[in-house]
Amino acid sequence: MEEVLAYKSPLLLDDRLSHYCPGCHHGTVHKLVAGCLEELGVGDNTVCVGSIGCSVFIYNYLTLDTVEAPHGRAPAVATGVKRSRPDKFVFTYQGDGDLASIGLAEIMHAANRGERISVVFVNNTVYGMTGGQMAPTTMIGQKTTTCPGGRCADREGLPMKMAEIIAGLGGVRYSARVAVNNIKNLKKARKVLKKAFEIQLAGKGFGFVEFLASCPTNWRMTSLAANERVEKEMIPYFPLGVFKDEQGDS
Amino acid sequence: MLMSRIFIKGNVAIARGALDAGCRCYFGYPITPQNDIPEFMSKAMPEAGGEFVQAESEVAAANMLLGAAACGIRAMTSSSSPGMSLKQEALSYMAGSELPGVVVNMNRGGPGLGDIGPSQGDYFQSVKGGGHGDYRLLVLAPGTVQEAYDLTILAFELAFAYRNPVLILGDAIIGQMQEPITPQKPVAVDPFEGGSWRLEGAGQREPRVIKSLHLTDGALAGHNLKLQEKYQRAGKECRHEEFLTQDAELIVVAYGSIGRIVKSTIRKLRKEGVRVGLIRPITLFPFPSRVLFDLADQGKKFLTIEHNMGQMVEDVRLAICGKAESRFYGQLPGNLPTPNDFEQPIIDAVRS
Repeated sequence: MEEVLAYKSPLLLDDRLSHYCPGCHHGTVHKLVAGCLEELGVGDNTVCVGSIGCSVFIYNYLTLDTVEAPHGRAPAVATGVKRSRPDKFVFTYQGDGDLASIGLAEIMHAANRGERISVVFVNNTVYGMTGGQMAPTTMIGQKTTTCPGGRCADREGLPMKMAEIIAGLGGVRYSARVAVNNIKNLKKARKVLKKAFEIQLAGKGFGFVEFLASCPTNWRMTSLAANERVEKEMIPYFPLGVFKDEQGDS
Repeated sequence: MLMSRIFIKGNVAIARGALDAGCRCYFGYPITPQNDIPEFMSKAMPEAGGEFVQAESEVAAANMLLGAAACGIRAMTSSSSPGMSLKQEALSYMAGSELPGVVVNMNRGGPGLGDIGPSQGDYFQSVKGGGHGDYRLLVLAPGTVQEAYDLTILAFELAFAYRNPVLILGDAIIGQMQEPITPQKPVAVDPFEGGSWRLEGAGQREPRVIKSLHLTDGALAGHNLKLQEKYQRAGKECRHEEFLTQDAELIVVAYGSIGRIVKSTIRKLRKEGVRVGLIRPITLFPFPSRVLFDLADQGKKFLTIEHNMGQMVEDVRLAICGKAESRFYGQLPGNLPTPNDFEQPIIDAVRS
């Protein structure tokens, strides 16, 4: 009987054991990024800007030229890369602590300037690598090691909705939120990410995709329960969708 | 062919030097007293086919430099003291990632917001690291506007030769004064500069990763040792000006604008028969320790004069290894010193 290849891993994804915890969505998002770059045929011409936190090892998984940025500064580093090499495809890969907390100024201004870069933002509502502390995206009532009684709006403010905030800035051509907690969402996420990348390839401006992702370890949950939490708790507060899609010339 | 002389401010000389050195990306944030640099670059970079970005902060500007450096582009940022503190994070990462870049600090008075007048209070921050971790910047300290121009061109050469950030440390005097200079023929930058390590998309080769994280056993130790060996190698870039030291009883050590003012004092005192000479370090790291050691060995006395309360004097004392008498005279910030201000301290040191 003839063998049919039902699934092939993207070539840009290095074949190695993952360091991510079981059920973590970083690996899934890595795979989507690799797949989209490959489909668009730009992997050879890409500079990836890594950041801090669990995803700092992105260069171990994606076989791309990569530079590591200080905590939160990836959009500034990417600005330097893209301004010096406008012919390159440039994207940042950032978590919620990195992008929505310490790097808030850098992301807002890079977006507002309309830097021709793409931003992959992974929001799992917690600081993962440092051991589960509160993030700007931590949900109301969510317990973390630095809000052990649960996040309280009066004390810590409301979780920040980055995809909507970014969509409000002038230089942004595309801003969307997706999730990868089930196959249906994952397929949508792939389309959205590809679109964001195409915006850069067309030289139009800044593209931003927020991924709702799980962190079973720091949420103290099983992988399946974590997927359910994304659906039942996160999506109602962080709605999926495209908040800005401007294809016109900037 | 000799280029015709031009009359420009120190800040502009640095910006012009960067342009002539092939700098094509400038990232900065306004702060007094160095605003002539971003103002010059905002016009010069686009005209030269490069990029100028007024960043949202000093932090962002330094990280933009990091990104451009990772692509092997000649790039620069500039600032003054409070802004330099903000840039230190990126400088530490650039040193750790072995990235070339030029950074200018037109030193003003501190700590904190301080004032906007000249000072040398950032010596420690400049030559001892500044950011976190075990690293050094190469530090060049111009004493004239011509030197500000020439050292900026040298800074780009050194940054790429050593794959390390190079700091130009001036102050509000050097930055704001105007002098005639002779510019050089613009450098023809090698388009393959950084070709062995720069990021440009992996193409068919193995991907390159520029990073400062070293977690596996012994990896960071090995990396830091490699950096230290590089700093040792950079010792051969040591530069200084030596003025009337041969028959001097007293050697004044002073750098930058203070070195230049002291030189005027020495000229005057020499006419009065005071046997005093000057060592003006031009590279603050690497520091001209050997020269000072040899002069100490000849039995000369030392007086370090700085526009701070005593920073470089520590390096002078390390250099002379207790072989000679060492004094210090500190000029307080908020003042523009004149040659007269240094007469008495020098006479006192000679007679001590």
